[in-house]
Amino acid sequence: MRRISLVALGLVASASGLVAQDAPVLIQGATILTAADAGKIENGSILFENGRIVAVGPASEINAPSNAVVIDGTGKFVTPGIIDAHSHIAAESINEGSITVSSMVSIMDVIDPTDIAIYREAAGGTTTSHVMHGSANPIGGNNAVIKHRWGADAQGLLFQGAPPTIKFALGENPKRSSTAGTGFPQRYPATRMGVMDVIRQAFAEATEYKAEWDTYNARVSGGDRSAIPPRRDLKLDPLVEILEGTRFVHAHSYRADEILQLMRVAEEFDFRIHTFQHVLEGYRVADEIAEHGAHASTFSDWWAYKVEAYEAIPYNAAIMTDRGIVVSINSDSGEEGRHLNQEAAKTMKWGGMDESQALAMVTINPAIQLMIEDRVGSLEVGKDADVVLWENYPLSSYAKVQTTYVDGEIVFDVDRDREMRTQMAAEKDRLREMLGEGGSR
Amino acid sequence: MNRAIVRTAFVVGLAIASFPAAALLAQDGDTFAVQGATIHTVSDGTIENGTIVMRGGRIIAVGANVDIPAGAEIIDGTDKHVYPGMIDAFSQLGLTEIGAVPATNDMNEMGRFNPHLNAHTAIHPASEHIPVARANGITHTMAAPGGGGRGGGGGSGIRGQATLIHLDGWTVEEMEIEKSAAMVVSWPTLSSRGGFRRGPSRPFADVQREFDEQVEELDAWFVAAQHYKQATESGSSRLTRDLQLEHLSRVLDGGLRVIVQANDHREIESAVAFAEKWNLNLVIAGATGARDIAGMLAAKGIPVILGPVQRLPNGQDVAYDDANTLPGVLADAGVEIAFATFNSADSRTLPYEAANSVSWGLSQDAALEAITLGPARILGVSDRLGSLEVGKVGNVIVTDGDPLEITTEIEHVFIRGLPSDLDNKHKRSWEKYKNRPVKVKAVTTT
Repeated sequence: MRRISLVALGLVASASGLVAQDAPVLIQGATILTAADAGKIENGSILFENGRIVAVGPASEINAPSNAVVIDGTGKFVTPGIIDAHSHIAAESINEGSITVSSMVSIMDVIDPTDIAIYREAAGGTTTSHVMHGSANPIGGNNAVIKHRWGADAQGLLFQGAPPTIKFALGENPKRSSTAGTGFPQRYPATRMGVMDVIRQAFAEATEYKAEWDTYNARVSGGDRSAIPPRRDLKLDPLVEILEGTRFVHAHSYRADEILQLMRVAEEFDFRIHTFQHVLEGYRVADEIAEHGAHASTFSDWWAYKVEAYEAIPYNAAIMTDRGIVVSINSDSGEEGRHLNQEAAKTMKWGGMDESQALAMVTINPAIQLMIEDRVGSLEVGKDADVVLWENYPLSSYAKVQTTYVDGEIVFDVDRDREMRTQMAAEKDRLREMLGEGGSR
Repeated sequence: MNRAIVRTAFVVGLAIASFPAAALLAQDGDTFAVQGATIHTVSDGTIENGTIVMRGGRIIAVGANVDIPAGAEIIDGTDKHVYPGMIDAFSQLGLTEIGAVPATNDMNEMGRFNPHLNAHTAIHPASEHIPVARANGITHTMAAPGGGGRGGGGGSGIRGQATLIHLDGWTVEEMEIEKSAAMVVSWPTLSSRGGFRRGPSRPFADVQREFDEQVEELDAWFVAAQHYKQATESGSSRLTRDLQLEHLSRVLDGGLRVIVQANDHREIESAVAFAEKWNLNLVIAGATGARDIAGMLAAKGIPVILGPVQRLPNGQDVAYDDANTLPGVLADAGVEIAFATFNSADSRTLPYEAANSVSWGLSQDAALEAITLGPARILGVSDRLGSLEVGKVGNVIVTDGDPLEITTEIEHVFIRGLPSDLDNKHKRSWEKYKNRPVKVKAVTTT
């Protein structure tokens, strides 16, 4: 059994262009924040091999295999790799904003594995990102979940097995308030009424389309060989998946009223909003969100950049957590995605979250929201070895990453980074020489 | 550390007498003390189990053995820390409310040359941003025109004068520390890169030509200002009053400090050469590309106001931690630095911006100084602000720990020696909605 799974892992690793590290890695004697039931382990060790966590617990209980690379973790901290539930890095394009329903497009088709943000965020401990379509239209495109396997190709970055998701968007962006008069094309909808209408129309259409397919499938399974399949509609297919509960809605939202209305529209068609994104006024309808069964992914402390962000408060994550919602803190930015640990720490200051609640906001909670919590988001035996070794306490404005591992592979290391700088400087000098001193401006 | 013990009221009296311009709203008798706290003076080390006394708006005593005057309101400082109030050395506080709504933005006037405009005339004392920043220990700021945002004012130019304010007061006049703290100039840019809403990339030769033209244009303004000044001083009766030149001429001959926003090292070098030509009292703001010219800036005594440390590197091939390491590099070279948010809504995160350079080479003390005494020196008010010293204005914060650390609570804020209200829009919403009665599941009523 074990042998088979290791072979399978090996195949995955080679397919993604990565070679699994030969020797097991043991980080010894660190403070380990597991984001799991084990909580915080002082003087703990973590052992990983072939991309998976093999052991995590008190240092005294975990011995180094003879071939292990042993890293002294004394005075240092270990956390799960950070998961960014809302990102726009590593994509060639973000918005198919020319139409109101762009569910036929997917970020998975435009992954850019050369985006340096993949590396820079790994340098801040981020190992998984939900790369989302933009917020230009009420129903946006399909998203991608990637791992920060810097150096892998587009296919190799994809988080295999992550359930499919789709972007919805409410409020000022889809009604194009901010682009009025800027040369961007004007189109329906221009109000929050219109935004809800676009979504309702789309699902009315999708419901009929689904019924056609259900009828057809019933006839086929009933042995009817004369059944003719309905014409495939690539726009409606993902919406049918939503209705069937196999594709999950992540809805960009700000105001409490639009959050409430979207839940009601979804309930009308008997599906659920899986996660509200931004959800800056979620604190005003937290019970309703909890009752609907949605998660919430918000910012730590951004506010006032537009009207619908003027009521944002940094206590939002705490209030929603207290009301029983699974809450994550996301970046929406290639800059913010480099210090989500610090953004999580802000929920301790604003709203009184404890250490494990704060850490969960950027590890296990976003993993739950992306439905990949059996693979990542906490340090538990059998999970992917997405591990961050910190030089100091991670939930701090002084936090600094030493090494980031994805699938047990080093994707960032502070010393290796210095070495690469020297190499890059030398290469630049060599290129300049080839061009002739001073370059050819 | 037994120094700085209660100097006499005589000294205090002198201090007050020498700064008549600062409107001290505290009455003479208003006395506040924090007793038995760890006092971080910034100017002169740390005092364990110390006491600080403020009266009539100023600090009248700091030390380990201090007598608290009768009638003082006393805060128990056990396990507490006292620091100078923090300053956001370049912000838009009071000048904007909602970024995307032009009607609320007063940072950028039409036209490129506005030396006669002053932030003072647009600061909105009731802005919701001010109590938000204040609650996190920001007690004063230089509110400055320019620095981005919508409206006019793209590209290079003279943005206008910045105003140094306390973050408390019923009117701007009560808030004001220095009505005219600096002339803000946006230096021409050598960036040839395109981007979202910036258009396509352009040939560097074109960018360089435009840069040179714009520097010449600025130079022409200074020539005009000098002529205007000479004409004024000669008492010419035929001189038509020109408010632009009148105000611009104040920066000549080492007068009003000129804060030049520039990032690329070539832009900074150009600004430095310009400042030397015109004998300007120069401060560089931004300075993201100053790494390789730190020695030059130090040698010439040119201070730098650094933008957010949590920013992306300036290019694909720039080190991931470029912004984190820059403050330490500048400080090590001997450059006087201050941190600023260049923002309004984010002003409360100022201490975290500073902290983000500490694990990358800037000492913790230097980081603290760069949001307190350092900027006070850069803005010419270190005689009044920036440290806990007898005679200084009572801008003081009381915390449960290091204010640069995210989780630290700011428990008391004193501005001009009076306790400030720490309530704000965010706390009010928090109180209101965390106490929303738990929603009862809908009951069917027919």
